[in-house]
Amino acid sequence: MNLVVRQFRDFFVSLKLTVTLLVLSMVLIFAATLDQVNLGIWAVQEKYFRAFFVLWRVGDIPVPVFPGGYFIGGLLLINLVSAHVYRFTLAWRKAGIFLTHVGLITLLIGELLTGLWQEEFSMRLTEGDAKNYSESYRGNELAFVDKSNAEFDEVVAIPEALLARGETVQHPKLPFRVVTKTYYPNSTLRMRAPAPAGAAGVAAEPASPATSGIGPRVSATPLPLTYNQNERNLPAAFVELIGPEGSLGTWLVSTGLPTPQRIDHGGRTWTIALRFERAYKPFALTLLKFRHDRYAGTEIPKNFSSRIKLATPDGRDDREVLIYMNNPLRYAGLTFYQASFEPGNDKVTILQVVRNPSWLLPYIACTLMTLGLLVQFGIHLKGFVGKRRAPNLSAPSAGSAFQPPPSG
Amino acid sequence: MKKLLPLLALLGAIGFVIKALLPPRNPGAFDVAGFGRLPVLANGRIKPLDTVARSSLLQLQGRQRVSTPDVSEPLVASPTEWLLEVCFRPEKADTFPTFAIDNPDLLTLLGKNEENLKIAYTSSAKKVLSVVGFLPSRHRRFSLQELTPYVNTIQEQARLADPVEPVLRNAFQRAVLQLFANLLHYQRLRHALVMPGRTDFLGDLLQLQDNLATGVAAVRAKQAGQPHDEAAVTAITEIGQRFVVMAESTSFLVIPPESTTADPTAWKPAGAALLETFQNGRVNASALAYAGFAHAWRNDKAEQFNHLIGLFRTGLAKRFAPELAKSDAEARFNAAEPFYTSMTLYAIAFLLAVFSWLTWPEALGKSAFWLVAVAWLLSTVGIATRMWLEGRPPVTNLYSSALFIGWGAVLLCLVLEYIYRNAVGSVAAGAIGFATLLIAHHLSLTGDTLEMMRAVLDSNFWLGTHVVVVTTGYAATFLAGFLALIYILRGLFTTSLDKATADALTRMVYGIVCFATLFSFTGTVLGGIWADQSWGRFWGWDPKENGALLIVIWNAIILHSRWGGLIKQRGLMGLAVGGNIVTSWSWFGTNMLGVGLHSYGFTDAAFWALIIFVASQLAIIGLAAVPLARWRSFRASGIGRTAEPAMAR
Repeated sequence: MNLVVRQFRDFFVSLKLTVTLLVLSMVLIFAATLDQVNLGIWAVQEKYFRAFFVLWRVGDIPVPVFPGGYFIGGLLLINLVSAHVYRFTLAWRKAGIFLTHVGLITLLIGELLTGLWQEEFSMRLTEGDAKNYSESYRGNELAFVDKSNAEFDEVVAIPEALLARGETVQHPKLPFRVVTKTYYPNSTLRMRAPAPAGAAGVAAEPASPATSGIGPRVSATPLPLTYNQNERNLPAAFVELIGPEGSLGTWLVSTGLPTPQRIDHGGRTWTIALRFERAYKPFALTLLKFRHDRYAGTEIPKNFSSRIKLATPDGRDDREVLIYMNNPLRYAGLTFYQASFEPGNDKVTILQVVRNPSWLLPYIACTLMTLGLLVQFGIHLKGFVGKRRAPNLSAPSAGSAFQPPPSG
Repeated sequence: MKKLLPLLALLGAIGFVIKALLPPRNPGAFDVAGFGRLPVLANGRIKPLDTVARSSLLQLQGRQRVSTPDVSEPLVASPTEWLLEVCFRPEKADTFPTFAIDNPDLLTLLGKNEENLKIAYTSSAKKVLSVVGFLPSRHRRFSLQELTPYVNTIQEQARLADPVEPVLRNAFQRAVLQLFANLLHYQRLRHALVMPGRTDFLGDLLQLQDNLATGVAAVRAKQAGQPHDEAAVTAITEIGQRFVVMAESTSFLVIPPESTTADPTAWKPAGAALLETFQNGRVNASALAYAGFAHAWRNDKAEQFNHLIGLFRTGLAKRFAPELAKSDAEARFNAAEPFYTSMTLYAIAFLLAVFSWLTWPEALGKSAFWLVAVAWLLSTVGIATRMWLEGRPPVTNLYSSALFIGWGAVLLCLVLEYIYRNAVGSVAAGAIGFATLLIAHHLSLTGDTLEMMRAVLDSNFWLGTHVVVVTTGYAATFLAGFLALIYILRGLFTTSLDKATADALTRMVYGIVCFATLFSFTGTVLGGIWADQSWGRFWGWDPKENGALLIVIWNAIILHSRWGGLIKQRGLMGLAVGGNIVTSWSWFGTNMLGVGLHSYGFTDAAFWALIIFVASQLAIIGLAAVPLARWRSFRASGIGRTAEPAMAR
């Protein structure tokens, strides 16, 4: 065999590589844990685990400083698979190690797929209200809802990313272009003081860029992005709508504004709102009853549960379900979990909605690995006990009962 | 003598345990212990007043004994007696130094300086001891009376510190908030049973009972604008206001629900029950009983006090017999302090086992084994009692995890010692048992350790599987690390590590690392499944999850390094000691970050302890790296060199 090829092979099947990668993964995980204090859990996952390299910004240039989760995980996968292919022998005493490693491969693939496919949304239900959509935890969208037809609403939603890039959006369903003039990823809104009628000496606020809707009466101030897990960024944008005959006006939109604003144009009516990104479902959930039990004489929550009606428009499903802690509802590829509640309002439940097509993989992986470890260490233990029971007890230290089998 | 020693040790240990388990006796004529057994509902759980007293004292001042440094006799004989004074004779209890304050800035704010903090010992022996550091030289506990002039200052500073996020608070802010919370807690205790400041609350209540009809009529007449007896209105309004103050100033639900109430958890504060007098037309019997206790206590009528307790219990037993039995058991458990007894036994066992390496290996080794066995049995009983009281699997919070880690590690040690009989298991058991119970003691200072589980954690199945298994993994990793520590220290500094012992230790460490890998992996995975069941994600990179994962990876690194021949005997030991660092990070370090779903036990003082521990383990790993030629054991016999190639493979 070619020397280079052999060196290459030896590198990828070596236990040294395994150990090195394991050490690197520990450093990565430890650094990521510490950085959670600054970045919060979501940003950390993107920066450390769902990346090939951990990047540090020096000025504006991202410099790779450490291998990321994909890099280490990928190499570990290659290392594992090639070591097993290279050293594979069918023997009982290797069954444990084999099972463990197949399980580990499944686990790594499962985590990769989860990273790629998993979507998490939240669903806030008020008692009695039906809802057929869930809302994103982080994403937002600029939604135009055509109210002209009494039968149904027609929704055009523009992802936040397009606003952030300041692109001009022309949608076939909209008779106007959408031009983002200013975009703040996080902001705070404040009602402007009523214009002081001729009051001299008071420094007047600069006029709002907005000309229509509530915009002229509200001022938006940009804020730094928050990474706090309990807070949400509230983006704001000034968008100008330009029809064939010229500008319709400039609107201030923000997820901080409670209600959509109205646009009348060419005999039709839309509402415009920057809102949490929605994922519509082919069914509706209605909260029948939310329960929030506390331990007697305390505010310590004892139990949350939501009794919910699940109904599809075609009437094939129309039933009651009970969602509570550690007992989610799995339906239509989605899983609904009892996630939270609103303090002081026992008529509202907050569900977490997760789509993860690969959710079964970790279960399979873990069963394999636990079995594998049990078999492996069982073999060791049997050997150890067998040696001790053997007649030559006079020399207990001579044996190598706990000597590990050849590495795999 | 040598032959009898193990038997004597066993008998001595058993005698020591029995003495500790004997029921507490009342020091005076009052049935203080009986009062301590009375059940109340606090923090969501029915518990005896004795527990309230003990956990209050731990929270306020970090110990259960109430005393001043310059007087050797304690001020009260038991925590329950302290509670009696707080509730019934506050003017006396307010002079007890029960508020611990350590923060220098806060002390300055309270008008303390070097001079007035200095403890003036009267005996010259004590003076010497305080200079050497065996006795405290500065006051750190203060009475309510001393703090009263500064209450407004404390309140103002607490108001400023409160909005700051807990993770971002500095030492002063934490200290002032703690002191404020302690003052509030003390207020709640004072208002729990009777109205503080009334010399004869029982008289007040009896008078109210007699004049209730006329009083209520007078108030109605006044409201209707008709002629009325103004004195009667004033009297009844005054006492009503007192009840409101009582009801609003406490969180202890001391009055059991009446037999007409269906809900057995509908316990009430005394003030609230008394306010119902105006609707029911009669004073609540339980509230009256507590006023009776107060009367008897204040007027030194022991017989009346004890008689009333008997009557009150008989009344309670009709509806709350099981709760009463549990309360009694818990009070007994509190008084027995099984974990303190275990701790002492572990310490003695450790010393005996270490000495057995120097002399009398057989006799001392066996004695140590028996002491460990008795201590372990006692802590088993203790943990089982806690489980029964709580109705939960063994590990529910940081405190119980410390108990369980010690329990699990000592059990493994007993197995090892049974197999190898070389006292290594007993040394490890003694040290780990003692250390974990010491850690548990420090963790108990935050108050009642039998807490209610928050909704997410309220799942006995997952607490029983994930938490127990992962904690066993912690215990095993610590044990492997500790055995490695014995190997390094004995090998490097003594000549006692012969080849047989060295090889035995290697097999022990290797075996325990295998065990730890299995348990920490399975436990981590079970945690993932729990997370998938409750939050819809198998893995969330939460600090505590990461911590558990680090332990698994570290154990995997040890095993793979051994299999790949990257490390030999000494390297195995060094890495196993590293396991101590990784595990201590996962156990405590992650909680100090203050983020994530698992950050249930933020502890401040533990931070430095952790740093020191990690530093010490790093130093020992450094020692393991000393060239073999300098190891005293191996230099003497040369076994190290012959042993090494055997392990290299």
